[in-house]
Amino acid sequence: MAKITMREAISQALMEEMDRDPKVFIMGEEVGVWGGTYAVTKGFYDKYGAMRVKDTPIAENAIIGGAIGAAMVGQRPVAELMTINFGFSAMDYIINQAPKLHYMFGGQFTLPLVIRAVGGGGRQLGATHSQTPDAIFAHFPGLKVVSPGTPEDAKGLLKSAIRSNDPVLFIEHATMYQVRGEVPEGEYTIPIGKSKVQRAGKDVTIVTYCKGLELSMKAADELAKQGIEVEVVDLRTLRPLDMEPIIESFKKTNRAVVVEEGWKSYGVGSEIVSRIYEEAFDYVDAPIIRVAQKEVPLPYNRTLEQAALPQVADIVAAVKEVLK
Amino acid sequence: MKKEQQLDLYYQMVLIRRLEERGAELYQAGKIGGFMHLYIGQEAVSTGLIAAREPRDRVITAYRDHGVALNCGISANEVMAELLGKATGMSKGKGGSMHMADTSKNMWGGHAIVGGHLPIASGFAIGDQYAGNDNITICMFGDGATNIGYFHEALNISKIWGLRVLWVCENNQYGMGTSVDRASAVTEIRQKAEGYGMKNGQVDGMDVTKVYEAAKEALEFVRKNAQPYLLEIDTYRFRGHSMGDPERYRKAEEVKKWQENDPIGIFNKQLLEKKITTAKVLDEIEARAEQEVVKAVEFAEASPEPAMSELFTDIYAD
Ligand SMILES: Cc1ncc(C[n+]2csc(CCOP(=O)(O)OP(=O)(O)O)c2C)c(N)n1
Ligand SMILES: [Mg+2]
Repeated sequence: MAKITMREAISQALMEEMDRDPKVFIMGEEVGVWGGTYAVTKGFYDKYGAMRVKDTPIAENAIIGGAIGAAMVGQRPVAELMTINFGFSAMDYIINQAPKLHYMFGGQFTLPLVIRAVGGGGRQLGATHSQTPDAIFAHFPGLKVVSPGTPEDAKGLLKSAIRSNDPVLFIEHATMYQVRGEVPEGEYTIPIGKSKVQRAGKDVTIVTYCKGLELSMKAADELAKQGIEVEVVDLRTLRPLDMEPIIESFKKTNRAVVVEEGWKSYGVGSEIVSRIYEEAFDYVDAPIIRVAQKEVPLPYNRTLEQAALPQVADIVAAVKEVLK
Repeated sequence: MKKEQQLDLYYQMVLIRRLEERGAELYQAGKIGGFMHLYIGQEAVSTGLIAAREPRDRVITAYRDHGVALNCGISANEVMAELLGKATGMSKGKGGSMHMADTSKNMWGGHAIVGGHLPIASGFAIGDQYAGNDNITICMFGDGATNIGYFHEALNISKIWGLRVLWVCENNQYGMGTSVDRASAVTEIRQKAEGYGMKNGQVDGMDVTKVYEAAKEALEFVRKNAQPYLLEIDTYRFRGHSMGDPERYRKAEEVKKWQENDPIGIFNKQLLEKKITTAKVLDEIEARAEQEVVKAVEFAEASPEPAMSELFTDIYAD
């Protein structure tokens, strides 16, 4: 096992898939000459050239719409949204076209398309550039939504996403590119639509993903020092949602906290909590708590921004609360 | 332009330059966060442009907005305070570098979604047309913004409805690392107005006098004819796209060549050659700008952080 960063993991996945399949190409803003705004595609332009690493104009509709079209005629584009916030400028394509075209035409069109998007707050970028709107995208049947929290999962899931015949939105977190983790040597993939227990425990189940995983693992360490053993289940894929490891864990702990970076109302946590109540009501020993972002647009000021974002301490407090 | 006004424009350009140089240092020191896009090299554009407006004309721009804010009359204190995220910033520390506005100065904001503010600018003009006045909306944006749909939708509607908008493209040759010829089907941005049958022009953005004159003429056209106009202003940013740009996409010689065309240096030379003023006066103006920035930093540093309760204010107006 090698220890690499999230950035390297994503970069390796892209490169391995481009080497494996000539149909795979990249298009997006500053992916080429610049090397990617987050340096994920650094060196790609020199290695693969302008045809396979396409620097686009600032034109999100042309990027996502174009990737849909290229996918429909048999290529395997990986379109990049510099940030997920700019995806709102191409919302029709992401939620109203890509998820529908296979179904609506009786399965005639296939869209082997990946949209990589960088989300998340915490970098003082202000309200329009800091969002974690994952739940919105996960609302739409026909779109697969993946958001890994470790380098191992990022690499394996991105490779699966590229090989998938369906449109996949692959959400990365702007503050996690330096996160390090063990990655298996050699070729591997991780299936889309499988949640995973990232840390075993018996007292409380924490359900989370992406940035929430990083925070929850830290909270788990802290809680362990106080004798509380939490089990951390990582969604990894928001749609299709795999509840099995969550329900299994909950049946053991009977208590849960759901952690996400996005807003609480109508969020990922809302879905998870409902599903636990629907599928394991008899096992509930305490009301489930959601830890999420305060219901405000994110401010620029660092202190205020951090106060709005979920913190490790919030998770620790929530776990203690469900144990009361 | 009268002598006093010319000296004032010189002061404004130097003020922008000094304030941003200081801002860059404060950014490196970790006192400013987020994205910060410097206007250094482009000062003549908004300085000349905004000098040509009537106070009732509205200005809206993108995230590269410090200079525009100062030109509109927002104080250096407030600009610096906003950069530092302080309660005394014009956006209460909640907007930061990219989001400076003061409606009392008819500055309607820096906006950070590329091209997103163009249809809003049309909207200002719709509102003013509806109100029956002849205010003009001056909408500034980059070359890169002319490749997104927003630009085309906004231009078209402004033409068919006879909206008083002065569309101002600051062509600084790059959208992030992508040069205009790699991103735009035409490299003369003003040509895009032709497709909408819109009157247009182009001017050297390193010469503040030329910018002022071109803007005057364009504004007069818009006011009189109730028609939009697209003015392309050619310029160059001397610094990276934002702080921390590795600038792999352009050569040092290219930057150097443009820097020889420094808009402040050009104006300085003009003022002396035309004997409008003396070197001593210009030195004094520079010292005054410098002093203003020192004061602004002191003000911003001494200002309070926004109260925690501010997190929950201004979410709704009701
Ligand atoms: C819709 C959207 N896409 C992408 C971005 C990221 N972005 C910010 S500035 C920029 C370049 C804009 O270039 P230009 O319009 O020429 O303005 P300049 O920065 O040169 O002043 C890009 C791609 C964004 N803010 N909004
Ligand atoms: Mg530009």
